[in-house]
Amino acid sequence: MLTTFGDWAMYTYRQQESGQAVSKTSEATFAVELADPLLPATNGAVIGVALNNKDLVDSLAPEFDAKPYVNPPKTPVLHIKTDNTHIGHGQTIKVPIDKGDVYAGPALGIVIGERATRVSEADALNFIKGYTVVNEVSLAETSFYRPAVKAKCRDTFCPIGPWVIDKSLVSSPNDLAIKTFVNDTLVHETSTNRLVHSVEKVVSYISSFMTLEPGDLIIAGTPLRDQSLAIKDGDIVMIDVEAVGRLANPVEKE
Amino acid sequence: MKHARVLVNDEILNVTVNDNNEAVTASGDVLANGSFKWMPPCEGKMFVLAINYADHAAELSFKAPEEPLVFLKNANTLIGHEQNTYRPDNVDYMHYECELVVVIGKEAKNVSKEDAMQYVGGYTVGNDYAIRDYLENYYRPNLRVKSRDTCTPIGPYIIDAEQIQEPHNLTLRTYINGELKQEGNTKDLVFDIPHLISYLSEIMTLSPGDMIFTGTPEGLADVKPGDVITTEVEGVGTLTNTIISETDYLASLH
Repeated sequence: MLTTFGDWAMYTYRQQESGQAVSKTSEATFAVELADPLLPATNGAVIGVALNNKDLVDSLAPEFDAKPYVNPPKTPVLHIKTDNTHIGHGQTIKVPIDKGDVYAGPALGIVIGERATRVSEADALNFIKGYTVVNEVSLAETSFYRPAVKAKCRDTFCPIGPWVIDKSLVSSPNDLAIKTFVNDTLVHETSTNRLVHSVEKVVSYISSFMTLEPGDLIIAGTPLRDQSLAIKDGDIVMIDVEAVGRLANPVEKE
Repeated sequence: MKHARVLVNDEILNVTVNDNNEAVTASGDVLANGSFKWMPPCEGKMFVLAINYADHAAELSFKAPEEPLVFLKNANTLIGHEQNTYRPDNVDYMHYECELVVVIGKEAKNVSKEDAMQYVGGYTVGNDYAIRDYLENYYRPNLRVKSRDTCTPIGPYIIDAEQIQEPHNLTLRTYINGELKQEGNTKDLVFDIPHLISYLSEIMTLSPGDMIFTGTPEGLADVKPGDVITTEVEGVGTLTNTIISETDYLASLH
């Protein structure tokens, strides 16, 4: 059952109707058929936090003191997923056939609810509307020295959805299990308790020099991309973030 | 034709700009000086070229790259003509970068170099400020250096592509308080406009309004609160901007 609550709703999602993007609400989770896809659950800027998983950072630590990095990161490492990458639940991830392996990037998405400039960590959650599931799809990254435009900004490389869940329903955003399934087989498990910088920290840090607008989305962090996360033509990849939702997308060659 | 966006009584208007650089509404009224605020003339993805002039590469002790070195900015950083950019307190080196900005006119995917110029809608002037103190060797140059609030003046307007006969022979100049500090010419671009459009459109779909900041030549200098910075591209436009202190900026937010 779908119900409108005015400005307040537990689940917010976006759908294409008569050629228009329409924002809708629901009081409960609901089933979404892959054949009837949704639009990306948000329509603002999407900022990712790279190197924000303890296992990933531990595996890279010996490299951080060497060239070209010289020093470990002093601040959260950010990147942008451009608008051409954003797709919704059920929409198709298009993978190139000549660029090497393509990897899923299971992550919690933090959705901004109020304009945020220079917000403290203590106040950060007040500026959040809620959470969504993000699949931060990427080619392999052999280096973190230069911005990852080629690896991360290909069309369809950022599924977002299915919905934005109100923050009141997610009591511990820094301790949520994240599971990745490829063709219904569990292939990878991580948790937001592996984040280097917490949800509150990344909102506060980004807002210290970038004003965040309602609808903007922060990808909290993706794990080490090993072969278990590789996706290919014909797969269906699903990411389950505990208490937030399940985001599924078919994969086809570009 | 020159196209701009202005803010009048809290409303954004699309206007044209006449030969006296005055804003003219759709009904033909000339807006009086001081009655409006210049806004960024376009909205879209923002690509910026690093080290795309051979002389500037030498200035930064870099070898010119073998493929375009592209980074992204987020919309929070854009401001219009005659607006203020703040310099953070306690930084040693903040510099301007005068750039020719190519504005995409129609959707572009997998465009050849031969066809690329057909996808240019127009040109404008960008000033890509950087705070060098914040450079780190991860996704360099990072968003804290390059995508700060107020740090990317653009405008005043977009001039239609057909009015710029030789986009690869335009003089760029930057003045601090009227004193010439930076001078270069787009004939010295390492990767020219067709190369950049072809390169980016192979990675992703470009859309109308997307901006390609083509890079800056040598001649960087530190800027301080109170400085008036003028960046101009011959035949395209003259973009003026004032540096203010962080204290004054924070006061202006309330």
